[in-house]
Amino acid sequence: MNARPKFNKGDRVIVRMLSPQPHTRTPAYLHGKPGVIERFCGAFENPEERAIGKSGFPLILLYRVRFFGSVLFSINKTCEADIVEVEIYEHWLQGDNSYAKT
Amino acid sequence: MSSSAIGPHDLAGTLTDSINTKERKLDLWEKRIDAIYKLLSDDKRSHINIHEFRYAIESLGAEAYTNHNYYERWTLALRNLLIDKNILSELEITQKVQEIEDR
Repeated sequence: MNARPKFNKGDRVIVRMLSPQPHTRTPAYLHGKPGVIERFCGAFENPEERAIGKSGFPLILLYRVRFFGSVLFSINKTCEADIVEVEIYEHWLQGDNSYAKT
Repeated sequence: MSSSAIGPHDLAGTLTDSINTKERKLDLWEKRIDAIYKLLSDDKRSHINIHEFRYAIESLGAEAYTNHNYYERWTLALRNLLIDKNILSELEITQKVQEIEDR
């Protein structure tokens, strides 16, 4: 039995800044960055637990999240128009309420 | 590596010299290492899972990580995992390497 996805396509999210894990699929350059849910990818064994000898259950939910180059790369103007999509597990994401105010 | 990087593998977003994206043919030993990983991790054997394999590569240490190429890292990580899991001993590996060098 899996939990229902917390986020829907189009939802604005922020990548959480969790304390360092022995192994994670979430790269540091995304920590704290805002993105948009592009799609729900399904439920998978938890890689952070599978990496350290645990079962990886219960399954955790994975999303593909779209980031805009302009929020990721301030160092290179040519990257600003780029889009980066990264698959991120639900526990690394939080809803981004900052847009609701505008 | 950015200040918040998780390890030497976590390079995205950092400045670098231009990257050589030219394809090259793999050497025979590289194909063999790839095959050995696939055999160790397949459904029949399941000695190693992809997550612990990635973790083993990330845990080689910054110096070993940056000084070795892709399949050299695979080789070192496989060696460490096989020893950790008591599938091979350090002594067995050392003896086998010596045997091959003496041929």
